Amino acid sequence: MTDGPLLDVQGLRVAYATRAGEVPVIPGLSLRLDAGEAFGLVGESGCGKSTVALSIVRYLGRAGRITGGRILFEGRDLATLDAAALRQVRGRRLAMVYQDPMASLNPVMTVGRQLMEVPIMHEGADTASARARALAMLREVKLADPEAVMDRYPHQLSGGQQQRIVIAMALITGPALLIMDEPTTGLDVTVEAAVLDLVRELRRRHRSAILFISHNLGSVVRVCDRVGVMYRGELVEEGSVRQIFTNPRHPYTRGLLDCLPTLGRDKRQAPLVPIAGQVEPTRARPPGCGFAGRCAHVETGRCTTGPIPASAVRGEPGHRVACVRADELARWTRRSAAAAAPAAAGTGEPLIAMQRLTKIYESGRRLRFGAPRASVRAVVDVDLTAARGRTLAIVGESGCGKSTLAKVLGGLEVATAGGVRLDGVEVGALPVDRRGPELKRKLQMVFQNPDSTLNPSHTVGYAIGRALQKLHERAPGDLAAGVARLLEVVKLPPEMAARTPRHLSGGEKQRAAIARALAGDPDVIVADEPVSALDVSVQAAIINLLNEIQSAHGTTLVFISHDLGVVRYLADTVAVMYLGTIAEVGRVEQVFAPPYHPYTEALLSAVPVPDPDHAVARVLLEGPVPRADQVPRGCPFATRCPRRVGAICDETPPPVQWLAADHRVACHIPGEELRRLQTALAEPSTAGR
Amino acid sequence: MSTRVTAEALPASPCAASRLRPYAWWRRLAALGESTPASVGVAIVLAWVALALLAPLIAPYPPNANDMAALAHATPSKAHWLGTDQLGRDLLSRILWGARPVLVIAPLAVLGAAALGSLLGLVAGYHGRWIDLVITRACDIVLSFPVIILYMIILAHFGSSAWNIIGVLTLTKAPIIARIVRGMTLDLREREYVAAAKMRGESALYIMLVEILPNARGPLVVDVCLRTGYNVIILGALGFLGIGLPPPDPDWGGMVKDTYGLMVVWPHMALLPCAAISSLVVGFNLLAVGLRELGLRD
Repeated sequence: MTDGPLLDVQGLRVAYATRAGEVPVIPGLSLRLDAGEAFGLVGESGCGKSTVALSIVRYLGRAGRITGGRILFEGRDLATLDAAALRQVRGRRLAMVYQDPMASLNPVMTVGRQLMEVPIMHEGADTASARARALAMLREVKLADPEAVMDRYPHQLSGGQQQRIVIAMALITGPALLIMDEPTTGLDVTVEAAVLDLVRELRRRHRSAILFISHNLGSVVRVCDRVGVMYRGELVEEGSVRQIFTNPRHPYTRGLLDCLPTLGRDKRQAPLVPIAGQVEPTRARPPGCGFAGRCAHVETGRCTTGPIPASAVRGEPGHRVACVRADELARWTRRSAAAAAPAAAGTGEPLIAMQRLTKIYESGRRLRFGAPRASVRAVVDVDLTAARGRTLAIVGESGCGKSTLAKVLGGLEVATAGGVRLDGVEVGALPVDRRGPELKRKLQMVFQNPDSTLNPSHTVGYAIGRALQKLHERAPGDLAAGVARLLEVVKLPPEMAARTPRHLSGGEKQRAAIARALAGDPDVIVADEPVSALDVSVQAAIINLLNEIQSAHGTTLVFISHDLGVVRYLADTVAVMYLGTIAEVGRVEQVFAPPYHPYTEALLSAVPVPDPDHAVARVLLEGPVPRADQVPRGCPFATRCPRRVGAICDETPPPVQWLAADHRVACHIPGEELRRLQTALAEPSTAGR
Repeated sequence: MSTRVTAEALPASPCAASRLRPYAWWRRLAALGESTPASVGVAIVLAWVALALLAPLIAPYPPNANDMAALAHATPSKAHWLGTDQLGRDLLSRILWGARPVLVIAPLAVLGAAALGSLLGLVAGYHGRWIDLVITRACDIVLSFPVIILYMIILAHFGSSAWNIIGVLTLTKAPIIARIVRGMTLDLREREYVAAAKMRGESALYIMLVEILPNARGPLVVDVCLRTGYNVIILGALGFLGIGLPPPDPDWGGMVKDTYGLMVVWPHMALLPCAAISSLVVGFNLLAVGLRELGLRD
């Protein structure tokens, strides 16, 4: 092995060929990784972090080209290595884990064969020893029953298990460098926490260096020693995790931290501060600082004329920042969450009341002839109310039934049993096409996917105008004025009306979708994961917008999300769902403080917090979520519950306990006992700093 | 006075203004130029359309005029650039005039099939359940017939006129398009904008025609081009079998049928109409390939 850094990227320049000619996306990036070090590369989508990773392994594809710089890996320049020599390095010394495990695994090969292939191909191992190593590796990534897993096909495993297989495959040859590109992005928060813990542990054992790419600041803190923040293809700040997260010097880094909802803050305390504007494309780079267009501290002239060199931060070795004003900015402080203001008193009159709401999907197919049709209980006996003018958040992992619940509220699905009263009218059994115009006007939805929420064939103006016509009985004559007014409410310029969705960014599309939902001046907006697909800076702006709309129009918000930080920030009342049932309901500050339902506790402890001082007693969940058609007879959480008390959990459905007037938990463990067992998880230990 | 620059104050991306109306037809057409197959295809098809339109002006002879004197040397000559056929009729004039029925019948039949097929596919895909079952099975039945035999039966019964040929082609091609549109509808109906349309109380017909169909247009347009080419082949085949357009007006397939027996002596009489057919088919196919290429790029 050579001395010096394991990976030394010097002045890397990458360009993509487009129809408009070659566009430089990485204008000259340098970074170093020592052997065994974990370096986190963070930034919002389109900042070039994946391009850096792909350049290092030379997988840029046909459009991308390295136009300059050197990528020294163990003393060899990967940028100029020929294909045969590259193959020697890849897989053996250098391995990669991608975001989507299903795309990395071959669906027609058993997991075992795919794992064994790696040592056979790269090291000429024989079948028996390859099999032994594959089994050992599966044990290391903590898959239960490795022998059985070897014979499975990828689709027979859960997402978390698949990602463990991919990690096992990457580590089986003991590479010196492991590149992980958003390895936990598609996973549920409890699964993500387990995978991150695994990565940390394996790193210690294998002493592989890790280049960890993520948009999630919290997960970087859990895994990495050093962090680099990227914006528009440039490394704007780098330093140790502690330096970056306790003393960020670059305005962009500060912006990222300020716009992130955390578990200790809500809307009644400090509002989120979104970064002005939106992520700018890496092409059309201005002469000066790439961030100048969005920066609150920009100084015309100094910031906008020449390239900004990275300089060392005084007194902090290894901390470098590319900002001419870095020394002039005041020290960054984490917004305080110490003075928790009480929530608005009382609960308000209920506008939506769900009573024993149940939705069962009957599968059309019988499993075998004569057998009863398979059914999936998506939502079971849900009792919930949403108060007028307040926000009810429904939180849970994928498959917990929260989206089904939203669809039943909206009339896109019909309840199997139980009911929903919307302002006194029973709508649970009414599909939307049988709801009258007044009911339709009262309740509108905002959807998750910005790319599919607007019809790509229609202009934004048409989409909003049509909604006005149908919901507001507006004459076609003054549609344009109505559209302009709605665009103004969601803070979009009026010329957006003439554009088609493909010329809008994700955040703009979601704003347009909100404008469309607002057309009938609804009493309730059901928002199904409206910010999950957005970058954090854009997410903060949309959340603030929803808040403003609520306070200006008195709109009731039913907010479906898997992100506990967002829920903590936005909600008045929170319902935690697990496998179709409500585990816990209460006011937001009740749910986010002990005593918790054991599932809430696990969720909260799994949330990655972007604060190196945040150390919590971790509650790790074992095993996958049971399939919705195989829910245990007793408590649905019994199979994974770390606080399971005994057979009663498997056999008897848990009783509902009222811990306070408006706080209930479905658990066999008495509330007093829970209170004694649990410690606070939600407030970061740095609260009040 | 703050020095802060907001995103609104910055000039929008340079191409934003020019992209404001991306669906203007001339932009679409100009985009075809970016794909080589598409431009070649457009050139061939437009050339044939121009020749067909101008046939009365540029054809050197009336299509059915005999020149028995020319029959002595029927091969291409100064008087007859492409030679004459077995009855001494000018081949160039007949090929030019023969383009006219092809370029009317083939596209019309495809448009008919696209309209009927889209409607069936939309209804089947959107409603699902038994409606889907009935439509899909009906389409399967039509598709399981050997088409040429079907044409012979129907045209023998109703007589072979341009309208009847259009009708037969429409009925036999619609099921294929219905299948394509049904497949796309199954996917598109789950989009969130369809849910949003339901939420504001749009009718099923509106959702199918305004929300779903426009987003299926890409593959549909490609398929229409491809199928126009196939229809040109079928028209040739019908002419060759003698159940195409009634004589004496020129019909490419019929011209081949009348002269293929003379291939040994005068091969040009059969080969030139064949070349006309293939060039037009190749033109439509290239157009389809190019459109698919452009569609994939977006």
